[in-house]
Amino acid sequence: MAVKRQPLLRKIVLHVALLPFLVFALFPFYHMTLTSLKTDRELYDRGAVPLLIREGPTLEHYKKLVWETAFLTWTKNSLLVTGIATFASVVIGTIAAYALARLKFPGVGPFGTGIFVTYLVPTSLLFLPLAQVVHWIGLADSKWALVVTYPTFLVPFCTWLLMGYFRTVPREVEECAMVDGATRLQALARIVLPMAVPGLVCAVLFAFTLSWNEFIYALTFLSSSEEITASVGVTQELIRGDIYFWGSLMAGAVLGSVPIVILYVFFLDYYVSGLTAGAVK
Amino acid sequence: MAVGSLRVGPVAGRRGLRVRELLDHERFLGPAFVTPALLLIALLVAYPFCMAVYFALSNAFIGRPSQFVGLRNFIALWESDSFRQTFQNAFVFTGIAVLFKLVLGMALALLLNEQLWFKRLIRGTVLLPWVIPTALSTLGWWWMFNSLYSVVNWTGINLGLMDPPGPNWLGQKYYAMAAVIAVNVWRGLPFFAITILAGLVSIPRELYEAAEADGAGAPARFWHVTLPLLKPVLAIVVLFSTIFTFSDFNIVYVLTHGGPINSTHLFATLSRQVGLESGQIGQGAAISLYLFPVLAVVVWVQLNFVRRQQY
Repeated sequence: MAVKRQPLLRKIVLHVALLPFLVFALFPFYHMTLTSLKTDRELYDRGAVPLLIREGPTLEHYKKLVWETAFLTWTKNSLLVTGIATFASVVIGTIAAYALARLKFPGVGPFGTGIFVTYLVPTSLLFLPLAQVVHWIGLADSKWALVVTYPTFLVPFCTWLLMGYFRTVPREVEECAMVDGATRLQALARIVLPMAVPGLVCAVLFAFTLSWNEFIYALTFLSSSEEITASVGVTQELIRGDIYFWGSLMAGAVLGSVPIVILYVFFLDYYVSGLTAGAVK
Repeated sequence: MAVGSLRVGPVAGRRGLRVRELLDHERFLGPAFVTPALLLIALLVAYPFCMAVYFALSNAFIGRPSQFVGLRNFIALWESDSFRQTFQNAFVFTGIAVLFKLVLGMALALLLNEQLWFKRLIRGTVLLPWVIPTALSTLGWWWMFNSLYSVVNWTGINLGLMDPPGPNWLGQKYYAMAAVIAVNVWRGLPFFAITILAGLVSIPRELYEAAEADGAGAPARFWHVTLPLLKPVLAIVVLFSTIFTFSDFNIVYVLTHGGPINSTHLFATLSRQVGLESGQIGQGAAISLYLFPVLAVVVWVQLNFVRRQQY
Protein backbone atom coordinates (compact mmCIF):
# COMPACT_ATOMS: atom_id res chain seq x y z
CA MET A 1 0.00 0.00 0.00
CA ALA A 2 2.57 2.49 1.17
CA VAL A 3 4.78 1.64 -1.80
CA LYS A 4 1.93 2.39 -4.21
CA ARG A 5 0.89 5.61 -2.50
CA GLN A 6 4.33 7.11 -2.64
CA PRO A 7 4.43 7.73 -6.42
CA LEU A 8 0.96 9.31 -6.41
CA LEU A 9 1.83 11.66 -3.57
CA ARG A 10 5.10 12.52 -5.29
CA LYS A 11 3.22 13.19 -8.51
CA ILE A 12 0.83 15.56 -6.77
CA VAL A 13 3.73 17.41 -5.12
CA LEU A 14 5.40 17.75 -8.53
CA HIS A 15 2.28 19.28 -10.05
CA VAL A 16 1.89 21.68 -7.15
CA ALA A 17 5.52 22.73 -7.62
CA LEU A 18 4.84 23.35 -11.31
CA LEU A 19 1.84 25.55 -10.60
CA PRO A 20 3.73 28.82 -9.92
CA PHE A 21 5.63 28.39 -13.21
CA LEU A 22 2.39 27.88 -15.13
CA VAL A 23 0.71 30.87 -13.48
CA PHE A 24 3.78 33.01 -14.21
CA ALA A 25 3.74 31.94 -17.88
CA LEU A 26 0.03 32.38 -18.46
CA PHE A 27 -1.05 35.26 -16.25
CA PRO A 28 0.03 38.13 -18.56
CA PHE A 29 -2.01 36.63 -21.39
CA TYR A 30 -4.99 36.07 -19.13
CA HIS A 31 -4.82 39.62 -17.88
CA MET A 32 -4.39 41.07 -21.38
CA THR A 33 -7.39 39.18 -22.71
CA LEU A 34 -9.48 40.05 -19.68
CA THR A 35 -8.67 43.76 -19.99
CA SER A 36 -9.53 43.76 -23.68
CA LEU A 37 -12.99 42.38 -22.88
CA LYS A 38 -13.91 44.74 -20.03
CA THR A 39 -16.11 47.80 -20.29
CA ASP A 40 -14.27 51.09 -19.77
CA ARG A 41 -16.34 51.74 -16.66
CA GLU A 42 -15.14 48.60 -14.95
CA LEU A 43 -11.61 48.95 -16.34
CA TYR A 44 -11.04 52.35 -14.76
CA ASP A 45 -12.89 51.66 -11.51
CA ARG A 46 -10.14 51.46 -8.92
CA GLY A 47 -12.43 49.64 -6.50
CA ALA A 48 -13.09 46.80 -8.94
CA VAL A 49 -11.39 43.43 -8.79
CA PRO A 50 -8.86 43.41 -11.69
CA LEU A 51 -8.79 39.61 -11.94
CA LEU A 52 -12.40 39.10 -13.02
CA ILE A 53 -15.06 40.55 -15.29
CA ARG A 54 -18.05 41.53 -13.18
CA GLU A 55 -20.02 43.82 -15.48
CA GLY A 56 -20.17 41.49 -18.43
CA PRO A 57 -17.72 41.15 -21.32
CA THR A 58 -17.81 43.54 -24.27
CA LEU A 59 -16.33 43.53 -27.76
CA GLU A 60 -16.31 47.35 -27.79
CA HIS A 61 -12.50 47.60 -27.78
CA TYR A 62 -12.11 45.09 -30.60
CA LYS A 63 -14.68 46.93 -32.72
CA LYS A 64 -12.87 50.19 -32.09
CA LEU A 65 -9.54 48.62 -32.98
CA VAL A 66 -10.75 47.11 -36.24
CA TRP A 67 -12.97 49.96 -37.48
CA GLU A 68 -11.37 53.10 -36.10
CA THR A 69 -7.67 52.33 -36.49
CA ALA A 70 -5.54 51.00 -39.35
CA PHE A 71 -5.09 47.68 -37.52
CA LEU A 72 -6.24 45.60 -40.51
CA THR A 73 -3.70 47.35 -42.76
CA TRP A 74 -0.92 46.68 -40.25
CA THR A 75 -1.91 43.02 -40.06
CA LYS A 76 -1.96 42.77 -43.86
CA ASN A 77 1.52 44.32 -43.98
CA SER A 78 2.77 41.87 -41.36
CA LEU A 79 1.35 38.92 -43.28
CA LEU A 80 2.85 40.09 -46.56
CA VAL A 81 6.31 40.80 -45.16
CA THR A 82 6.37 37.63 -43.07
CA GLY A 83 5.10 35.46 -45.92
CA ILE A 84 7.61 36.62 -48.53
CA ALA A 85 10.57 36.86 -46.15
CA THR A 86 9.85 33.37 -44.82
CA PHE A 87 9.54 31.81 -48.26
CA ALA A 88 12.69 33.45 -49.62
CA SER A 89 14.71 32.63 -46.49
CA VAL A 90 13.70 28.97 -46.39
CA VAL A 91 14.63 28.53 -50.07
CA ILE A 92 18.00 30.28 -49.71
CA GLY A 93 18.63 28.53 -46.39
CA THR A 94 17.76 25.09 -47.82
CA ILE A 95 20.25 25.18 -50.67
CA ALA A 96 22.96 26.72 -48.51
CA ALA A 97 22.39 24.09 -45.82
CA TYR A 98 22.52 21.30 -48.38
CA ALA A 99 25.82 22.61 -49.73
CA LEU A 100 27.26 22.88 -46.23
CA ALA A 101 26.05 19.46 -45.12
CA ARG A 102 26.88 17.47 -48.26
CA LEU A 103 29.10 19.12 -50.82
CA LYS A 104 32.86 19.48 -50.79
CA PHE A 105 34.19 22.66 -52.30
CA PRO A 106 36.85 25.22 -51.45
CA GLY A 107 35.71 27.61 -48.73
CA VAL A 108 32.99 25.38 -47.27
CA GLY A 109 34.53 25.53 -43.79
CA PRO A 110 34.83 29.32 -43.49
CA PHE A 111 31.37 29.71 -44.98
CA GLY A 112 29.88 27.46 -42.32
CA THR A 113 31.60 29.46 -39.61
CA GLY A 114 30.38 32.68 -41.24
CA ILE A 115 26.78 31.47 -41.17
CA PHE A 116 27.13 30.50 -37.52
CA VAL A 117 28.59 33.88 -36.58
CA THR A 118 25.86 35.73 -38.48
CA TYR A 119 23.29 33.62 -36.68
CA LEU A 120 24.52 35.12 -33.41
CA VAL A 121 24.64 38.77 -34.56
CA PRO A 122 21.82 40.59 -32.76
CA THR A 123 19.58 42.85 -34.85
CA SER A 124 20.16 45.71 -32.44
CA LEU A 125 23.83 45.86 -33.50
CA LEU A 126 23.11 46.74 -37.12
CA PHE A 127 19.86 48.67 -37.27
CA LEU A 128 21.49 52.12 -37.58
CA PRO A 129 23.67 51.45 -40.67
CA LEU A 130 20.96 49.22 -42.17
CA ALA A 131 18.55 52.15 -42.01
CA GLN A 132 21.07 54.04 -44.14
CA VAL A 133 21.36 51.14 -46.62
CA VAL A 134 17.58 50.91 -46.83
CA HIS A 135 17.48 54.62 -47.58
CA TRP A 136 20.08 54.28 -50.35
CA ILE A 137 18.26 51.49 -52.15
CA GLY A 138 15.14 53.63 -52.12
CA LEU A 139 13.10 51.56 -49.70
CA ALA A 140 12.90 54.05 -46.83
CA ASP A 141 9.47 53.89 -45.19
CA SER A 142 8.40 50.93 -47.32
CA LYS A 143 7.44 47.50 -46.07
CA TRP A 144 9.67 46.06 -48.80
CA ALA A 145 12.62 47.21 -46.71
CA LEU A 146 11.62 44.50 -44.24
CA VAL A 147 11.25 41.87 -46.96
CA VAL A 148 14.85 42.62 -47.94
CA THR A 149 16.37 42.84 -44.45
CA TYR A 150 14.53 40.08 -42.52
CA PRO A 151 16.38 37.34 -44.42
CA THR A 152 19.60 38.62 -42.81
CA PHE A 153 18.62 36.87 -39.59
CA LEU A 154 16.25 34.26 -41.06
CA VAL A 155 18.67 32.73 -43.58
CA PRO A 156 21.44 31.96 -41.02
CA PHE A 157 18.82 30.46 -38.73
CA CYS A 158 17.24 28.29 -41.44
CA THR A 159 20.65 27.21 -42.75
CA TRP A 160 21.84 26.23 -39.30
CA LEU A 161 18.65 24.35 -38.49
CA LEU A 162 18.41 22.51 -41.82
CA MET A 163 22.08 21.54 -41.84
CA GLY A 164 21.33 19.41 -38.79
CA TYR A 165 18.40 17.76 -40.54
CA PHE A 166 20.28 17.09 -43.78
CA ARG A 167 23.06 15.40 -41.84
CA THR A 168 20.51 12.90 -40.48
CA VAL A 169 19.59 11.77 -44.03
CA PRO A 170 21.97 8.87 -44.75
CA ARG A 171 24.44 9.65 -47.52
CA GLU A 172 23.95 6.16 -48.98
CA VAL A 173 20.30 6.80 -49.89
CA GLU A 174 21.32 9.74 -51.99
CA GLU A 175 24.30 7.92 -53.52
CA CYS A 176 22.05 5.02 -54.50
CA ALA A 177 19.79 7.38 -56.43
CA MET A 178 22.77 8.88 -58.19
CA VAL A 179 24.18 5.46 -59.08
CA ASP A 180 20.77 4.77 -60.63
CA GLY A 181 21.32 7.75 -62.88
CA ALA A 182 19.68 10.63 -61.04
CA THR A 183 21.53 13.92 -61.10
CA ARG A 184 22.45 15.51 -57.81
CA LEU A 185 19.61 18.01 -58.14
CA GLN A 186 17.11 15.24 -58.77
CA ALA A 187 18.42 13.33 -55.79
CA LEU A 188 18.04 16.46 -53.69
CA ALA A 189 14.50 17.19 -54.85
CA ARG A 190 13.16 13.62 -54.77
CA ILE A 191 15.12 11.91 -52.04
CA VAL A 192 16.73 14.33 -49.60
CA LEU A 193 14.05 17.04 -49.33
CA PRO A 194 11.16 14.61 -48.75
CA MET A 195 13.20 12.98 -45.99
CA ALA A 196 13.91 16.34 -44.41
CA VAL A 197 10.27 17.51 -44.37
CA PRO A 198 10.12 17.79 -40.55
CA GLY A 199 13.13 20.08 -40.72
CA LEU A 200 11.55 22.16 -43.47
CA VAL A 201 8.33 22.51 -41.48
CA CYS A 202 10.39 23.60 -38.52
CA ALA A 203 12.32 26.14 -40.58
CA VAL A 204 9.11 27.62 -42.01
CA LEU A 205 7.50 27.85 -38.56
CA PHE A 206 10.49 29.50 -36.94
CA ALA A 207 11.14 31.87 -39.82
CA PHE A 208 7.48 32.88 -39.73
CA THR A 209 7.53 33.39 -35.97
CA LEU A 210 10.82 35.28 -35.93
CA SER A 211 9.77 37.67 -38.65
CA TRP A 212 6.26 38.15 -37.27
CA ASN A 213 7.80 39.04 -33.92
CA GLU A 214 10.55 41.29 -35.28
CA PHE A 215 10.28 44.77 -33.87
CA ILE A 216 13.39 46.96 -34.03
CA TYR A 217 13.85 46.96 -37.83
CA ALA A 218 10.16 47.59 -38.45
CA LEU A 219 10.20 50.38 -35.88
CA THR A 220 13.31 51.99 -37.38
CA PHE A 221 12.74 51.64 -41.12
CA LEU A 222 9.03 52.49 -41.28
CA SER A 223 6.97 55.40 -40.08
CA SER A 224 3.78 55.88 -42.08
CA SER A 225 0.65 54.15 -40.93
CA GLU A 226 0.10 52.42 -44.31
CA GLU A 227 3.44 50.62 -44.17
CA ILE A 228 4.02 49.55 -40.56
CA THR A 229 3.55 46.05 -39.18
CA ALA A 230 1.15 44.90 -36.47
CA SER A 231 3.49 45.09 -33.47
CA VAL A 232 4.75 48.54 -34.44
CA GLY A 233 1.24 49.79 -35.14
CA VAL A 234 -0.11 48.59 -31.83
CA THR A 235 2.78 49.92 -29.75
CA GLN A 236 3.18 53.24 -31.59
CA GLU A 237 -0.12 54.36 -33.09
CA LEU A 238 -2.53 53.31 -30.38
CA ILE A 239 -0.76 55.49 -27.84
CA ARG A 240 -1.53 59.13 -28.36
CA GLY A 241 0.19 61.48 -25.96
CA ASP A 242 -0.49 60.58 -22.39
CA ILE A 243 -3.95 59.19 -22.93
CA TYR A 244 -3.88 55.43 -23.19
CA PHE A 245 -6.76 53.42 -24.50
CA TRP A 246 -5.92 50.37 -22.49
CA GLY A 247 -8.87 48.32 -23.74
CA SER A 248 -7.99 48.73 -27.42
CA LEU A 249 -4.29 48.47 -26.68
CA MET A 250 -4.76 45.07 -25.06
CA ALA A 251 -7.16 44.03 -27.84
CA GLY A 252 -4.40 44.90 -30.33
CA ALA A 253 -1.84 42.91 -28.37
CA VAL A 254 -4.18 39.90 -28.31
CA LEU A 255 -5.16 40.06 -32.00
CA GLY A 256 -1.56 40.71 -33.07
CA SER A 257 -0.56 37.43 -31.41
CA VAL A 258 -3.35 35.36 -32.94
CA PRO A 259 -1.52 34.12 -36.10
CA ILE A 260 1.37 32.84 -33.99
CA VAL A 261 -0.96 31.23 -31.45
CA ILE A 262 -2.80 29.39 -34.23
CA LEU A 263 0.45 28.00 -35.67
CA TYR A 264 1.62 27.20 -32.18
CA VAL A 265 -1.44 25.18 -31.24
CA PHE A 266 -1.15 23.01 -34.36
CA PHE A 267 2.63 22.60 -34.46
CA LEU A 268 3.66 22.61 -30.81
CA ASP A 269 5.96 19.60 -31.19
CA TYR A 270 7.83 21.22 -34.05
CA TYR A 271 8.39 24.31 -31.94
CA VAL A 272 9.82 22.21 -29.13
CA SER A 273 12.15 20.28 -31.44
CA GLY A 274 13.19 23.36 -33.42
CA LEU A 275 14.00 25.30 -30.29
CA THR A 276 16.37 22.64 -29.06
CA ALA A 277 17.79 21.84 -32.50
CA GLY A 278 18.65 25.48 -33.18
CA ALA A 279 20.69 25.75 -30.03
CA VAL A 280 22.06 22.28 -29.48
CA LYS A 281 22.90 21.02 -32.96
CA MET B 1 14.88 4.07 -63.76
CA ALA B 2 12.64 6.75 -65.10
CA VAL B 3 15.18 9.18 -63.84
CA GLY B 4 17.97 7.42 -65.71
CA SER B 5 16.24 7.68 -69.07
CA LEU B 6 16.25 11.45 -68.80
CA ARG B 7 19.96 11.56 -69.30
CA VAL B 8 20.13 9.92 -72.69
CA GLY B 9 16.97 11.61 -73.95
CA PRO B 10 17.53 13.57 -77.15
CA VAL B 11 15.72 16.59 -75.67
CA ALA B 12 18.83 17.86 -73.93
CA GLY B 13 20.93 19.69 -76.45
CA ARG B 14 24.65 20.24 -76.13
CA ARG B 15 24.20 23.30 -73.99
CA GLY B 16 21.64 21.68 -71.67
CA LEU B 17 23.93 18.75 -71.12
CA ARG B 18 26.82 20.99 -70.17
CA VAL B 19 24.78 22.89 -67.62
CA ARG B 20 23.53 19.67 -66.14
CA GLU B 21 27.02 18.24 -65.91
CA LEU B 22 28.19 21.41 -64.23
CA LEU B 23 25.35 21.19 -61.71
CA ASP B 24 26.39 17.64 -60.94
CA HIS B 25 29.86 18.80 -60.10
CA GLU B 26 30.33 19.51 -56.40
CA ARG B 27 32.94 22.15 -57.05
CA PHE B 28 30.42 24.09 -59.08
CA LEU B 29 27.16 23.23 -57.31
CA GLY B 30 28.51 24.03 -53.84
CA PRO B 31 29.47 27.64 -54.57
CA ALA B 32 26.30 28.09 -56.64
CA PHE B 33 24.17 26.97 -53.70
CA VAL B 34 25.83 29.19 -51.14
CA THR B 35 26.02 32.29 -53.34
CA PRO B 36 22.58 33.73 -52.48
CA ALA B 37 23.22 33.41 -48.75
CA LEU B 38 26.74 34.72 -49.15
CA LEU B 39 25.60 37.79 -51.11
CA LEU B 40 22.93 38.51 -48.55
CA ILE B 41 25.39 38.30 -45.67
CA ALA B 42 28.02 40.35 -47.49
CA LEU B 43 25.66 43.14 -48.53
CA LEU B 44 23.30 43.33 -45.57
CA VAL B 45 25.38 42.13 -42.62
CA ALA B 46 29.11 42.54 -43.29
CA TYR B 47 28.82 45.81 -45.19
CA PRO B 48 26.51 47.49 -42.61
CA PHE B 49 28.88 46.30 -39.92
CA CYS B 50 31.77 48.10 -41.63
CA MET B 51 29.51 51.13 -41.95
CA ALA B 52 28.78 50.98 -38.23
CA VAL B 53 32.52 51.03 -37.54
CA TYR B 54 32.97 53.97 -39.92
CA PHE B 55 30.03 55.87 -38.39
CA ALA B 56 31.42 55.30 -34.93
CA LEU B 57 34.69 56.91 -35.98
CA SER B 58 32.98 59.90 -37.62
CA ASN B 59 30.80 62.79 -36.61
CA ALA B 60 27.94 61.54 -38.82
CA PHE B 61 24.69 63.37 -38.24
CA ILE B 62 21.39 62.73 -40.01
CA GLY B 63 21.37 64.63 -43.32
CA ARG B 64 24.88 66.07 -43.10
CA PRO B 65 28.22 64.99 -44.60
CA SER B 66 30.49 63.38 -42.06
CA GLN B 67 34.15 63.66 -41.16
CA PHE B 68 36.54 61.23 -39.58
CA VAL B 69 37.01 62.07 -35.91
CA GLY B 70 38.93 59.05 -34.62
CA LEU B 71 37.95 57.84 -31.18
CA ARG B 72 36.31 61.10 -30.17
CA ASN B 73 32.83 59.52 -30.01
CA PHE B 74 34.03 56.86 -27.63
CA ILE B 75 35.75 59.41 -25.42
CA ALA B 76 32.66 61.62 -25.41
CA LEU B 77 30.56 58.61 -24.42
CA TRP B 78 32.71 57.84 -21.41
CA GLU B 79 32.28 61.41 -20.27
CA SER B 80 28.49 61.25 -20.44
CA ASP B 81 26.51 60.11 -17.43
CA SER B 82 23.81 58.48 -19.52
CA PHE B 83 26.33 56.19 -21.21
CA ARG B 84 28.10 55.20 -18.00
CA GLN B 85 24.73 54.46 -16.46
CA THR B 86 23.80 52.37 -19.51
CA PHE B 87 27.08 50.45 -19.33
CA GLN B 88 26.38 49.55 -15.74
CA ASN B 89 22.73 48.72 -16.48
CA ALA B 90 23.71 46.32 -19.25
CA PHE B 91 25.81 44.20 -16.90
CA VAL B 92 23.33 44.32 -14.02
CA PHE B 93 20.44 43.46 -16.33
CA THR B 94 22.24 40.64 -18.14
CA GLY B 95 23.87 39.17 -15.05
CA ILE B 96 20.74 39.02 -12.92
CA ALA B 97 18.40 37.99 -15.75
CA VAL B 98 20.62 35.16 -17.00
CA LEU B 99 21.20 33.90 -13.46
CA PHE B 100 17.46 33.79 -12.74
CA LYS B 101 16.73 32.14 -16.07
CA LEU B 102 19.40 29.52 -15.44
CA VAL B 103 18.27 28.61 -11.91
CA LEU B 104 14.54 28.73 -12.64
CA GLY B 105 15.03 27.05 -16.03
CA MET B 106 16.93 24.21 -14.39
CA ALA B 107 14.20 23.76 -11.78
CA LEU B 108 11.48 23.84 -14.42
CA ALA B 109 13.34 21.39 -16.66
CA LEU B 110 13.76 18.94 -13.77
CA LEU B 111 10.02 19.16 -13.08
CA LEU B 112 9.12 18.72 -16.76
CA ASN B 113 11.37 15.66 -16.96
CA GLU B 114 9.12 13.79 -14.50
CA GLN B 115 6.05 11.73 -15.31
CA LEU B 116 3.28 14.32 -15.52
CA TRP B 117 -0.40 14.48 -16.30
CA PHE B 118 -1.26 16.63 -19.34
CA LYS B 119 2.39 16.66 -20.37
CA ARG B 120 1.77 18.24 -23.78
CA LEU B 121 -0.51 20.91 -22.38
CA ILE B 122 2.01 21.82 -19.69
CA ARG B 123 4.86 22.05 -22.20
CA GLY B 124 2.69 24.17 -24.45
CA THR B 125 1.93 26.55 -21.61
CA VAL B 126 5.54 26.82 -20.53
CA LEU B 127 6.75 27.64 -24.04
CA LEU B 128 4.03 30.20 -24.82
CA PRO B 129 5.81 33.40 -23.62
CA TRP B 130 8.68 32.59 -25.96
CA VAL B 131 6.62 32.46 -29.17
CA ILE B 132 4.33 35.47 -28.70
CA PRO B 133 5.64 38.78 -30.17
CA THR B 134 7.71 40.31 -27.37
CA ALA B 135 6.68 43.88 -28.14
CA LEU B 136 3.02 42.90 -27.73
CA SER B 137 3.35 40.74 -24.63
CA THR B 138 5.46 43.49 -23.04
CA LEU B 139 2.49 45.81 -23.57
CA GLY B 140 0.56 43.45 -21.33
CA TRP B 141 3.27 43.76 -18.68
CA TRP B 142 3.24 47.51 -19.10
CA TRP B 143 -0.42 47.49 -18.16
CA MET B 144 0.27 45.11 -15.27
CA PHE B 145 2.82 47.60 -13.92
CA ASN B 146 0.62 50.66 -14.52
CA SER B 147 0.99 53.23 -11.75
CA LEU B 148 -2.75 53.50 -11.03
CA TYR B 149 -4.22 50.15 -11.98
CA SER B 150 -1.34 47.73 -11.41
CA VAL B 151 -2.70 44.23 -10.96
CA VAL B 152 0.65 43.26 -9.44
CA ASN B 153 0.17 45.79 -6.66
CA TRP B 154 -3.50 44.92 -6.24
CA THR B 155 -2.57 41.27 -5.72
CA GLY B 156 0.35 42.14 -3.45
CA ILE B 157 -1.79 44.41 -1.29
CA ASN B 158 -4.63 41.90 -1.03
CA LEU B 159 -2.24 39.14 -0.06
CA GLY B 160 -0.76 41.44 2.57
CA LEU B 161 2.67 41.47 0.90
CA MET B 162 2.70 45.19 0.09
CA ASP B 163 1.63 48.37 1.82
CA PRO B 164 -0.87 50.38 -0.22
CA PRO B 165 -0.44 51.91 -2.74
CA GLY B 166 2.57 49.67 -3.49
CA PRO B 167 5.60 50.61 -5.56
CA ASN B 168 5.38 52.71 -8.70
CA TRP B 169 7.11 50.02 -10.74
CA LEU B 170 8.10 51.93 -13.82
CA GLY B 171 8.66 55.29 -12.14
CA GLN B 172 11.31 54.37 -9.58
CA LYS B 173 14.88 53.44 -10.40
CA TYR B 174 15.36 50.03 -8.85
CA TYR B 175 11.77 48.92 -9.28
CA ALA B 176 11.95 49.75 -13.00
CA MET B 177 15.09 47.63 -13.34
CA ALA B 178 13.39 44.81 -11.43
CA ALA B 179 10.42 45.10 -13.78
CA VAL B 180 12.44 44.85 -17.00
CA ILE B 181 14.41 41.94 -15.56
CA ALA B 182 11.20 40.18 -14.57
CA VAL B 183 9.79 40.50 -18.09
CA ASN B 184 13.06 39.31 -19.62
CA VAL B 185 13.10 36.28 -17.32
CA TRP B 186 9.46 35.58 -18.16
CA ARG B 187 10.17 35.66 -21.87
CA GLY B 188 13.51 33.79 -21.79
CA LEU B 189 12.68 31.07 -19.27
CA PRO B 190 11.08 28.71 -21.84
CA PHE B 191 14.26 28.64 -23.91
CA PHE B 192 16.29 27.58 -20.88
CA ALA B 193 13.73 25.08 -19.62
CA ILE B 194 13.07 23.35 -22.94
CA THR B 195 16.72 23.21 -23.99
CA ILE B 196 17.87 21.92 -20.60
CA LEU B 197 15.03 19.41 -20.73
CA ALA B 198 16.37 18.11 -24.05
CA GLY B 199 19.73 17.70 -22.34
CA LEU B 200 18.18 15.87 -19.39
CA VAL B 201 16.31 13.46 -21.64
CA SER B 202 19.53 12.48 -23.38
CA ILE B 203 21.26 11.38 -20.15
CA PRO B 204 21.25 7.56 -20.11
CA ARG B 205 19.01 6.12 -17.42
CA GLU B 206 21.61 3.47 -16.55
CA LEU B 207 23.88 6.14 -15.08
CA TYR B 208 21.21 7.04 -12.54
CA GLU B 209 20.54 3.41 -11.78
CA ALA B 210 24.25 2.79 -11.25
CA ALA B 211 24.54 5.83 -8.98
CA GLU B 212 21.50 4.70 -7.02
CA ALA B 213 22.96 1.23 -6.64
CA ASP B 214 26.07 2.86 -5.23
CA GLY B 215 23.88 4.51 -2.62
CA ALA B 216 23.73 8.03 -4.03
CA GLY B 217 20.69 10.00 -2.88
CA ALA B 218 18.77 12.41 -5.09
CA PRO B 219 20.99 15.46 -4.37
CA ALA B 220 24.16 13.44 -4.93
CA ARG B 221 22.80 12.11 -8.21
CA PHE B 222 22.03 15.67 -9.29
CA TRP B 223 25.52 16.94 -8.42
CA HIS B 224 27.54 14.00 -9.69
CA VAL B 225 25.51 12.72 -12.64
CA THR B 226 23.09 15.34 -13.91
CA LEU B 227 25.15 18.51 -13.65
CA PRO B 228 28.42 17.22 -15.15
CA LEU B 229 26.59 15.68 -18.10
CA LEU B 230 24.51 18.81 -18.65
CA LYS B 231 27.54 21.08 -18.75
CA PRO B 232 27.77 21.37 -22.55
CA VAL B 233 24.05 22.14 -22.87
CA LEU B 234 24.18 24.65 -20.02
CA ALA B 235 27.19 26.34 -21.60
CA ILE B 236 25.39 26.77 -24.91
CA VAL B 237 22.19 28.03 -23.33
CA VAL B 238 24.01 30.56 -21.17
CA LEU B 239 26.14 31.80 -24.08
CA PHE B 240 23.16 32.22 -26.40
CA SER B 241 21.11 33.89 -23.75
CA THR B 242 23.93 36.23 -22.78
CA ILE B 243 24.11 37.66 -26.29
CA PHE B 244 20.39 38.06 -26.66
CA THR B 245 19.86 39.48 -23.18
CA PHE B 246 22.75 41.90 -23.51
CA SER B 247 21.41 43.18 -26.82
CA ASP B 248 17.78 43.30 -25.73
CA PHE B 249 15.74 46.15 -27.13
CA ASN B 250 12.02 45.35 -27.23
CA ILE B 251 11.34 44.93 -23.53
CA VAL B 252 13.08 48.09 -22.35
CA TYR B 253 11.79 50.15 -25.26
CA VAL B 254 8.15 49.25 -24.66
CA LEU B 255 8.21 49.09 -20.87
CA THR B 256 10.31 52.07 -19.76
CA HIS B 257 11.90 53.71 -22.82
CA GLY B 258 15.12 53.56 -20.79
CA GLY B 259 13.74 55.66 -17.95
CA PRO B 260 13.36 56.82 -15.27
CA ILE B 261 16.48 58.98 -15.82
CA ASN B 262 18.31 56.36 -17.93
CA SER B 263 18.15 53.83 -15.13
CA THR B 264 17.00 51.01 -17.43
CA HIS B 265 18.67 52.00 -20.71
CA LEU B 266 20.59 49.23 -22.46
CA PHE B 267 23.05 49.72 -25.34
CA ALA B 268 20.41 49.06 -27.97
CA THR B 269 17.84 51.50 -26.59
CA LEU B 270 20.36 54.25 -25.87
CA SER B 271 21.87 53.76 -29.31
CA ARG B 272 18.47 54.29 -30.88
CA GLN B 273 17.76 57.33 -28.76
CA VAL B 274 21.10 59.00 -29.53
CA GLY B 275 21.43 57.80 -33.11
CA LEU B 276 17.90 58.33 -34.38
CA GLU B 277 15.90 60.46 -32.00
CA SER B 278 18.72 63.02 -31.55
CA GLY B 279 20.21 62.33 -34.99
CA GLN B 280 23.81 61.70 -33.85
CA ILE B 281 24.38 58.59 -35.94
CA GLY B 282 28.09 58.54 -35.14
CA GLN B 283 27.60 58.33 -31.40
CA GLY B 284 24.64 56.00 -31.80
CA ALA B 285 26.77 53.59 -33.83
CA ALA B 286 29.57 53.84 -31.27
CA ILE B 287 27.11 52.81 -28.54
CA SER B 288 25.78 49.84 -30.48
CA LEU B 289 29.34 48.67 -31.16
CA TYR B 290 29.68 48.01 -27.44
CA LEU B 291 27.61 44.92 -28.16
CA PHE B 292 30.40 43.63 -30.35
CA PRO B 293 32.99 42.55 -27.73
CA VAL B 294 30.38 40.42 -25.97
CA LEU B 295 29.39 38.91 -29.29
CA ALA B 296 33.03 38.26 -30.15
CA VAL B 297 33.75 36.54 -26.83
CA VAL B 298 30.67 34.34 -27.10
CA VAL B 299 31.46 33.37 -30.69
CA TRP B 300 35.05 32.61 -29.76
CA VAL B 301 34.02 30.41 -26.85
CA GLN B 302 31.44 28.63 -29.00
CA LEU B 303 33.85 27.96 -31.83
CA ASN B 304 36.77 26.87 -29.67
CA PHE B 305 35.16 24.92 -26.87
CA VAL B 306 31.54 24.08 -27.29
CA ARG B 307 31.54 22.93 -30.90
CA ARG B 308 34.75 21.03 -30.46
CA GLN B 309 33.19 19.04 -27.63
CA GLN B 310 30.13 18.32 -29.73
CA TYR B 311 31.69 16.92 -32.84
